[in-house]
Amino acid sequence: MNAPSANASNGHSVSASKSDHPEFFQVRVLRQDQPGGDCYWQRYRVRYESDMNVISVLQRIAAQGVTMDGRAVAPVAWDCNCLEEICGACTMVINGRVRQACSALVDRLLADNPQEIELRPMTKFPVVRDLVVDRSRLFRALQRVRAWIDVDGYQDQGAGPRVSREDQEQAYPLSQCMSCGCCLEACPQYTKIEVLQQAGESAAEAQARTEAAYDHGFMGAHAISQAVLFNTHPTGQMAASQRLEQLTAEGGIQVCGNAQNCVAVCPKQIPLTTSIARAGRAVTVWAWKKWFDR
Amino acid sequence: MSKQRVVVVGGGLAGLAAAMKLAESQVQVDLMSLTPVKRSHSVCAQGGINSVNEQTRQLGDSEWKHFDDTVYGGDFLQHQPLVKEMTEWAPRIIDLLDRLGVTFNRTPEGYLDRRRFGGTLFKRTAFAGATTGQQLLYALDEQVRRWESEGRIQKYEFWDFLGPVIDDRGICRGCAAQHLLTMEIRVFPADAVIIATGGCGLIYGRSTMSMACTGSAASRCFQVGAKYANPEFIQVHPTAVPGADKLRLMSESARGEGGRVWVPRRPHDPRDPLQIPEDERYYFLEERYPKYGNLVPRDIATREIFNVCVREGLSVEPDRQCVYLDLTHIDRHELDRKIAGILEIYEKFQGVDPRDVPMKIFPAVHYSMGGMWVDYQRSADGGLVLNSPTNHVTNIPGLYAIGECDYQYHGANRLGANSLVSCIVSGLVVGTGVETLLKGLPHGAAADQPAALFATALSQHEHMHHQLLNRPNGRENPYLLHQQLGEIMTKAATVVRTNDVLDQAYGQVSELAERARHCSLSDTGQWTNQNVVFTKALLDMFPLAKAILKGARMRDECRGAHFKPDFAPEGISEGSPTERRQQAEAWCDRFEEGNRRWLKTTVADWRDHEPAISYEDVDVGLIPPRPRLYGLVGAEVIEDVWRERSARRPAQSSQGSAQGASKPQPKPVGA
Repeated sequence: MNAPSANASNGHSVSASKSDHPEFFQVRVLRQDQPGGDCYWQRYRVRYESDMNVISVLQRIAAQGVTMDGRAVAPVAWDCNCLEEICGACTMVINGRVRQACSALVDRLLADNPQEIELRPMTKFPVVRDLVVDRSRLFRALQRVRAWIDVDGYQDQGAGPRVSREDQEQAYPLSQCMSCGCCLEACPQYTKIEVLQQAGESAAEAQARTEAAYDHGFMGAHAISQAVLFNTHPTGQMAASQRLEQLTAEGGIQVCGNAQNCVAVCPKQIPLTTSIARAGRAVTVWAWKKWFDR
Repeated sequence: MSKQRVVVVGGGLAGLAAAMKLAESQVQVDLMSLTPVKRSHSVCAQGGINSVNEQTRQLGDSEWKHFDDTVYGGDFLQHQPLVKEMTEWAPRIIDLLDRLGVTFNRTPEGYLDRRRFGGTLFKRTAFAGATTGQQLLYALDEQVRRWESEGRIQKYEFWDFLGPVIDDRGICRGCAAQHLLTMEIRVFPADAVIIATGGCGLIYGRSTMSMACTGSAASRCFQVGAKYANPEFIQVHPTAVPGADKLRLMSESARGEGGRVWVPRRPHDPRDPLQIPEDERYYFLEERYPKYGNLVPRDIATREIFNVCVREGLSVEPDRQCVYLDLTHIDRHELDRKIAGILEIYEKFQGVDPRDVPMKIFPAVHYSMGGMWVDYQRSADGGLVLNSPTNHVTNIPGLYAIGECDYQYHGANRLGANSLVSCIVSGLVVGTGVETLLKGLPHGAAADQPAALFATALSQHEHMHHQLLNRPNGRENPYLLHQQLGEIMTKAATVVRTNDVLDQAYGQVSELAERARHCSLSDTGQWTNQNVVFTKALLDMFPLAKAILKGARMRDECRGAHFKPDFAPEGISEGSPTERRQQAEAWCDRFEEGNRRWLKTTVADWRDHEPAISYEDVDVGLIPPRPRLYGLVGAEVIEDVWRERSARRPAQSSQGSAQGASKPQPKPVGA
């Protein structure tokens, strides 16, 4: 799971020899019908086509509607939107590694393992159905660290602050985070929180209980990195102490165990560990300052 | 105002801009989206966002010139007051985005850097690397999250809009929607419903659009009485990378850096492309356009690539349309220095290094210029009356449309880097207009409507859902029908259009629509049933597909993205100066006659399960239409004649065919 991303352009041209591909290949999917339900494996046979990715494999499985042994089954549920690895929706565990299904190319996967392709949902988020998981905790963490600029309003007030090229070049990589959740899946400190609606409980009550549970859990590398992004923006840093407060609260930066898996799996190569180190230093300085200012 | 609510459907740039603007004005907003809003299709925009700026101003640029470029690029089919307003707001919108923390590229002095885009001579385009759309969307997403944390915005993510709730007076009182996970159907009473659901590219099967861009929300409004305008205007980008699941954009800069487009002269030549000798390669753009070569204008490149594959059967692959875009003759260090970014995308998704192997590309459906018909209120100076609740309202009071899913701003063809501006402008404009509406509420409040109105709407939608789940097992597969619909639409209504093919396609689509009524569901469950959600979206593609085909069939001319070779204007042939002059006069007569007949908005109404087409005048009161002569033989003579005619014409009054003028408004209100 913590292998470096194969998305880095390493110059290999895997599919150059397409002639030796199989006519069909096997896909094994870990399915689950509903939250809290049992999971089970199902196998499918998919006809090989050139330029396939895991999304098109799932589309073929949905269209054919039968398992390998010819049993008619409901299509596998999965999440996707842009199919260009920029929206973050289609994250899942493919052949044991967390990544986006759209940029997981069948030729490369079969080159690694000609027997089959294995698809599983992410393990750190509650499964909704099959490969669909509930990542609302991830967005909740962005609220926790106040990942926005507190502008006075949307009226015309002229341009924003001037920013040096150097600062822009530091900020831009952090602002490419697409909230996909790979860094959280790979993190040993980020553990699954699943709150199931109880009998007699309303959806709103369950929601409130869920959010409270999320707010005690680890916020994760992505949220720490966003706090750093906004704390280094000329306007954003005016609210820096509020973010630092959150970073030092329960589930904050102190939970990080420095495993460094996050940076290894990030599909956008965001320097997450650098962000964590910067946040750590800022938190230390801020804590001392707070102590002296008492 | 506490009881009043507004529903915004769609969380791309337009929907988020509207939601945050309304929230700022103390309005309670329900924001509904098929996906978490941060994953909306706006993230796919790459190039940038246009506005006049201090650097271009010094070189003679102005808001007016941006306005002029936009209407000229759109072949004059857009109502000019909105475009004028958009180009005037554009610099202030970029200022706002800058304040919101967008990581725009910078000059060495720390100002916003700009690049040049198509259809203009000025460097108007602000950009954040090659992910400008993503960066802008995130800035607005962050603001919406801020309002969400204050309880002003309630998000409904993973909800599918099922249709507006319309009372017996024809007024929109809210909408119905279905949760994609629990499958619960609910009605949302609202004093205004704002549709911001983007384009309809999925009607073409595969396109450069995201999977959420089915057009279903617009279609569901269309089928209950909302008008749909200019459906036939669909932008096709010349170079995209065909994938089994999607067509991904390949930037024009690949050709700008020397990329050559070719196909093997022998159809479907199975050899490795690098083993095919030069004289067996057909560099069709270079042969047909010796002057411009591979850098012919976008629409021409698109048409030629399409022709060579579809009509001449010279596609590289037998079972899939594509041509080679070849960079292998260029030094790889040179490529890395200039276009590494786009080459990495190709490498990532194709698994092939385009420095070693020619890329396979094909034009792809990219943007819907047409969309839901919306009104506006023209000001005395030819712009918009800001704050007017008429701006962006559909023909159904209380129902609004903004962003790509409306038909304004881009006319017959959109210029690059203008879509991000139009999305945000329309979102802010509708925000201020709806705020005015809520203060007056001429038709009464949604909260005061009889409960029976909402209960009936709910039971209707529940009934339809259960009917779909419980219908007798048909024999049709919705995924395969979608594939067939995409093939028909791509063949008939993209780059080159002829009436016989359009007629045939209309029949085929009608037949498919009929067959789709017998779709067999492979999942009849009540939990996260993607099968039934997809089938509903598919069923709703047919009305828009028919509107596209019928609009295209009836429009017997060429304008922007709508190209019919049977009605293409011919150039001026050889002859004496007098003869050429006479031909040019006749050409200009035909041009003026063509505009009298076709410079009209196509308006589709859904009647008896078929689109009915009518035409409306376009407000061209500010910049008179003029011929676009790029690449035409004899353009200079026509230009001379046209210039003389324009000089003779009396000055245009500033009052065009606007819906209603009013007193001048103080600016600015929004951004």
